[in-house]
Amino acid sequence: MKLNGAEILLNCLLEHQVDTIFGFPGGAVLNIYDALTKYTDRITHYLTSHEQGAAHAADGYARSTGKVGVCLATSGPGATNLVTGIATAYMDSVPMVAITGNVPVSLLGKDSFQEVDITGITMPITKHNFIVKDVHELADTVRRAFRIAQEGRPGPVLIDIPKDVTGNVCDYESAEPLPIQPITKTITEEALEKAASLLRDSKRPFVYAGGGVINADASNELVDFAERVSAPVCCSLMGLGGFPGDHRLFTGMIGMHGAKTSNLAATQCDLFIGIGARFSDRVVSNVKRFAPAAEILHIDIDPAEINKNIQTHHHVIGDLKHVIERLNAKIDPMKRPSWIQQIETWKQQFPLYAGSTGLQPHAIVRRIHDLTNGEAIIATEVGQNQIWAAQGYQFTRPRTFISSGGLGTMGFGLGAAIGAQVGNPGRRVINIAGDGSFRMNCNELATAVEYRLPVIVVILNNHALGMVRQWQDLFYDSRFSQTTLGNSTNFAKLAEAYGALGLDIVKPEQVEPVLTQALAANRTVVINCEIDPDDKVFPIVPPGAAIEEVITE
Amino acid sequence: MINRHVLSVLVENHSGVLSRVAGLFSRRGYNIDSLTVGETEDTTVSRMTIVVRGDDYTLEQIKKQLHKLVDVIRVVTLDPEASVYRELVLVKVNADADSRAAISEIADIFRAKIIDVSAGTMTVEITGDESKVKAFIDLVKPYGIRELARTGITALQRGEREIKNLN
Ligand SMILES: Cc1ncc(C[n+]2csc(CCOP(=O)(O)OP(=O)(O)O)c2C)c(N)n1
Repeated sequence: MKLNGAEILLNCLLEHQVDTIFGFPGGAVLNIYDALTKYTDRITHYLTSHEQGAAHAADGYARSTGKVGVCLATSGPGATNLVTGIATAYMDSVPMVAITGNVPVSLLGKDSFQEVDITGITMPITKHNFIVKDVHELADTVRRAFRIAQEGRPGPVLIDIPKDVTGNVCDYESAEPLPIQPITKTITEEALEKAASLLRDSKRPFVYAGGGVINADASNELVDFAERVSAPVCCSLMGLGGFPGDHRLFTGMIGMHGAKTSNLAATQCDLFIGIGARFSDRVVSNVKRFAPAAEILHIDIDPAEINKNIQTHHHVIGDLKHVIERLNAKIDPMKRPSWIQQIETWKQQFPLYAGSTGLQPHAIVRRIHDLTNGEAIIATEVGQNQIWAAQGYQFTRPRTFISSGGLGTMGFGLGAAIGAQVGNPGRRVINIAGDGSFRMNCNELATAVEYRLPVIVVILNNHALGMVRQWQDLFYDSRFSQTTLGNSTNFAKLAEAYGALGLDIVKPEQVEPVLTQALAANRTVVINCEIDPDDKVFPIVPPGAAIEEVITE
Repeated sequence: MINRHVLSVLVENHSGVLSRVAGLFSRRGYNIDSLTVGETEDTTVSRMTIVVRGDDYTLEQIKKQLHKLVDVIRVVTLDPEASVYRELVLVKVNADADSRAAISEIADIFRAKIIDVSAGTMTVEITGDESKVKAFIDLVKPYGIRELARTGITALQRGEREIKNLN
């Protein structure tokens, strides 16, 4: 069958079961947008306000569904507008395919109108990228891109396609993608046996679960593992939802804003088991004083993570689902009553935000949790709002907490929430936001309203860049430099102008009714919720300290 | 302890690979002493010979990070005892009628070739491993080195050992 490059591209998307893409048109992708008109029955294109929104939407779609997210942008500024979104996906290992147009092959390298070297720009923030200069190579390149995005440790892949390549015609034959095989040949019997013996010898094992558990779909195996070896479990920010938040063995998040129980357990355990996590500086803080009493067992898909941020005693490399399953088969159930009792005591002793009420952010997040039965997909922006959401909502299922962990991208949440809502039409999707982050990309309200997406944005409005302000308060003698945002924007009215429902919460007794109204509205809603600018995120590990040295108020 | 290591790296022979590898080194702060690249017996594959400086931790990280690049096929640390290293160096030295014979003699001893002579200069091509090249340069230095160009080390394992057979 003879097709032009644009149609070949769309057919290759269909080969990979892609029925949803997020994008924004322009000159270099005119052929692709033209071809899209013939595929509207099979591919739905969501037009965002800004290419960054398209990238975050593709990301949120991928994180919440486990499928590959696809975004599309034109050359030059369209392509550069994707960059923050691609970097966000890269840092959090999200499978994504970003497609950009470029100037025709004959104009490449000549500073032509809207030409940028987007493969050069995105080299360090993609798992791999391609520029396709010949239509004969297009189909196989797209197929490779989907494979690379999903195989092993997932990540974003960019395909740059000059305009003439989407216009040129060549033969196309459809192909069934080969299934993505989990990486198992690296899992050796010897490595598993040694891991099992470390577990048998341990008196106080502690599990640290990261986003890899979610990527590998290994949550059930992890629960079985934790119960079997009788080990408490904490999660990194990225791991939340990968282990049920209501499980008796769950200790909460670990690290800079971790629960004190998690941080104490890390310090006192004798075997620290990292699973699908990368010992990031936000978890470890002072690496010399991290888990001082423990041997470190690291289980991960990516060999380059082993001994990168911390020296390990033993590791197992491979697909987590398989590793944990095979480990479980080697281990007889163990009992560690005194260790579990210790954990229980700490949990009682150090609850988060004890006594939080009214318009305090933790109380608001708890209300959101209760009113949604803990079943919503929660996206966040970045800053205090993100941590309050991570701490306060009890995530019991994977793919329900959508947050920019590695890059910490303000402006991520709304686009991501849109992508998550598109990918999960039956679910409640709520973006917990700060006013600063919301201001960055609130243009995407137009997208949410236009596509009738019932996303709810809850702005925890402290009229400040709260997290930075908190650091200035705690570590810079309260010199507030450029972190006060003022009062001039009326977010509820802004929402109305976009065609969304705009609501305010200014008094404690409004929390419940306004949230209830928003949940019943079945349309895009923005709730401006006034909070105290001095409310802080606790616990916090000061820079350079060991993680059990937390400030709790 | 900081050591020098010679890595032999097989990569797909297409454009962009060099900048991917070079970008990886600069972005992660690894030091390259030299890097050479060229086609192999298989024209779809290139071999890079990279001389790096670092402790064991850095070397392990470099190898793992290189492995993650999709275009990288194989990475091997060469064992100096079981490998041959060669570098080609062009040295242009001051040489007048008085010193020409002496420089020519040094070149002979090193089996170097004189490839250009002018009234005031001689250009010598020398091939060898690092110690040979260094010894030569030290000897001609007193005459005044005007210009110097080095290819960087390229290398192969000795005998039956081949990069394809190793992990
Ligand atoms: C794009 C971007 N710019 C700057 C920062 C640095 N930063 C981290 S948190 C934060 C404050 C966020 O303010 P807001 O969205 O109002 O949230 P709050 O902390 O008040 O909940 C800033 C500026 C960032 N993470 N991302």
